[in-house]
Amino acid sequence: MAANPMTQFEVYRIGPEIRIGTFDISFTNASLFMVISSVAILVIFNLGAKKNLMLPNKLQLLAEISYSFVSKMISDTAGSKAKPYFAFIFSLFMFVLFCNMFGMIPYTFTVTSHIIVTFVLAAFVFIGVTIIGFIKHGFGYLKLFVPSGVPIVLLPLIVIIEIISYLSRPVSLSVRLFANMMAGHTMMKVFGGFVVSLGILGGWLPLSFSVALTGLEILVAFLQAYVFAILTCIYLNDALNLHH
Amino acid sequence: MIKKIFFQLIFFNFFFLKEVFAAESGGMPQLNPEFWISQIFWLTLTFGILYIVLSKLILPKISANLESRKSQIQDNIEAAEKQREDSESKLKEYEDIVFKSKLEAKKIFKDSREKIIKDINNKKETLEKQINEEIKKVEKEIEVVKKSAPEKINRVAIETSSELVKKIIGAEINNSSISAIVDDLSKKNRNKYYGN
Repeated sequence: MAANPMTQFEVYRIGPEIRIGTFDISFTNASLFMVISSVAILVIFNLGAKKNLMLPNKLQLLAEISYSFVSKMISDTAGSKAKPYFAFIFSLFMFVLFCNMFGMIPYTFTVTSHIIVTFVLAAFVFIGVTIIGFIKHGFGYLKLFVPSGVPIVLLPLIVIIEIISYLSRPVSLSVRLFANMMAGHTMMKVFGGFVVSLGILGGWLPLSFSVALTGLEILVAFLQAYVFAILTCIYLNDALNLHH
Repeated sequence: MIKKIFFQLIFFNFFFLKEVFAAESGGMPQLNPEFWISQIFWLTLTFGILYIVLSKLILPKISANLESRKSQIQDNIEAAEKQREDSESKLKEYEDIVFKSKLEAKKIFKDSREKIIKDINNKKETLEKQINEEIKKVEKEIEVVKKSAPEKINRVAIETSSELVKKIIGAEINNSSISAIVDDLSKKNRNKYYGN
């Protein structure tokens, strides 16, 4: 049973079954780690923001570095107009990062390795960006699908391609994160299984691979959160500053 | 030998694991929609709370902290700049004072030197005058002595010659005739005796 690398992604109920109408909204292990990640973010950043020391302590430094990191990322990719959406992108980045990082602890559950979670997050971004685009530019936002300087003959094809690429944004955004997390954790589990089955004689090689993979996965956990946030910034930039 | 066993173990393990996977494969739990609604609900709830608390309470505080530190640092830099300017002007003042006092010292030195030179010159002059006067006086005295000297000598010569004549010859000779001879001799040899 332990050898199956997919069992780590199974969702199970914790506590009683809760139902609203026909919907099952029971508290599961996935919900538990969502709550843990959110609480961890809130506790760390609350402690980091509490005291305003001239020489910041470690937590304050952490909070302020994260703040300026995300702030710089947004202003670099989406310009100064994106300032009102800072809090959303910051929460998104931190939520994904903390979920990924909690997933790296053995025997935990990785929230972001579920397509439904990443898809809902991507849908937030997609719907929000589309609404912002239409509010800012009205129907002029549809010009996003009509690039300038394209020959008339090619225009119908280009418009169709642009529309498809726009609609596939939430899919690519969610699948990228989900697939990365799932693949990494599956691979680590497979190598872990090798260590157990090869025993004391042959287990050292997969064990060393496992150690190296842990480092790689921590990097991937950070990188995917960063990619998720920066792609959100790029989509937001499209909605705020129409380039086409 | 150990190597061979090692690779054999790895080789057979693949068969073993494949069988295990085949036996337990139930697909991806991610695609089982049983808990999708639950996950969507809890994600919306936790992420919503996270977003609201972060955006309303925590992020403004961090932003204010950063701003206040920035402004404090800016203030400190400005204060330091002002102090630097102050000290620069003070330094300039000090240098001015030093320069002025140097000039003054030079002037005082020059003045006193001139005064001393003047004094020395004055004293020299008066001294020279005094010396000259003394010399003139002495010269006059010498002149007087010079003038009176031949007469005295003549008289002494007359007396001694009359005495000598009296002793040698034993006869009284008229002084006037002796004086005539002495005068004549002295007139002849004046230049020989008193020649300057």
